Amino acid sequence: MNYLMSFIIGGILCAIGQIFIDTFKKNNAYLLVMYVVSGVFLGFIGVYDKIVEIGYSGATVPLLGFGNTLAKGAIEQAAEKGFMGALSGGVMKTAPGVAAALIFGYLAAVIFNPKSK
Amino acid sequence: MKYTKENYQKVVDEFTPKNKKLKNFVLAYIFGGGICLLGEIIKNIYVSVLNVPSDEASVMSSVTLVALSALLTGLGVYDDLGKYGGAGTVVPITGFANSVVSPALEYKREGYILGTAANIFKLAGPVLLFGYFASFIAGILSLIF
Repeated sequence: MNYLMSFIIGGILCAIGQIFIDTFKKNNAYLLVMYVVSGVFLGFIGVYDKIVEIGYSGATVPLLGFGNTLAKGAIEQAAEKGFMGALSGGVMKTAPGVAAALIFGYLAAVIFNPKSK
Repeated sequence: MKYTKENYQKVVDEFTPKNKKLKNFVLAYIFGGGICLLGEIIKNIYVSVLNVPSDEASVMSSVTLVALSALLTGLGVYDDLGKYGGAGTVVPITGFANSVVSPALEYKREGYILGTAANIFKLAGPVLLFGYFASFIAGILSLIF
């Protein structure tokens, strides 16, 4: 059941992104920025956790989930440490993903060579 | 007729089959759903085999997908998948990893520091900037309300 819901919800979130691309014909970077900021907003108003309850990885793997994690980290830390928590909370909670992207990304770029076009 | 910057898109639209959007939609759904399904499978492996708590397993699964995507981008496979999957390969965390590795590879000829390292956040930088910015605002708002 988790698998089925991951596929269904994850698919919907990605297909919405495809409509955005086909309609506005913008670079993928716009889509990613929009998804992260939307994720922060949905996380802030508490809607996204409900989507995660339904969609499991289908909700956490898309970049909206990254935004949700950012918002949750900032809110949690703000409650504990005030201003400094709001500043660092989101960065702290998403650090594993960002560090992994940097480290593995750099390794991949050093090891492999670009495909000739 | 002359192709100018303004009318080029109109000309493209005219020659684009109408059902292409539907096809893109379905492909994005299948690829995106498939990547999320893979994430759930990896997460469950961590939970059942390594006895990791569900929350941590979710993070570990994301990190695994990032590493996998970095490898596939390095091999040139991920961009081939992207031709079919569209947003289905962009929106998941694997797409974020892909946006890190692609410019890093592309600028490799300019050196490992000023090429690869300097351009590694060329596409992902805006995402992190606006993401961190928005999370800061969310944190401040949560203090006020």
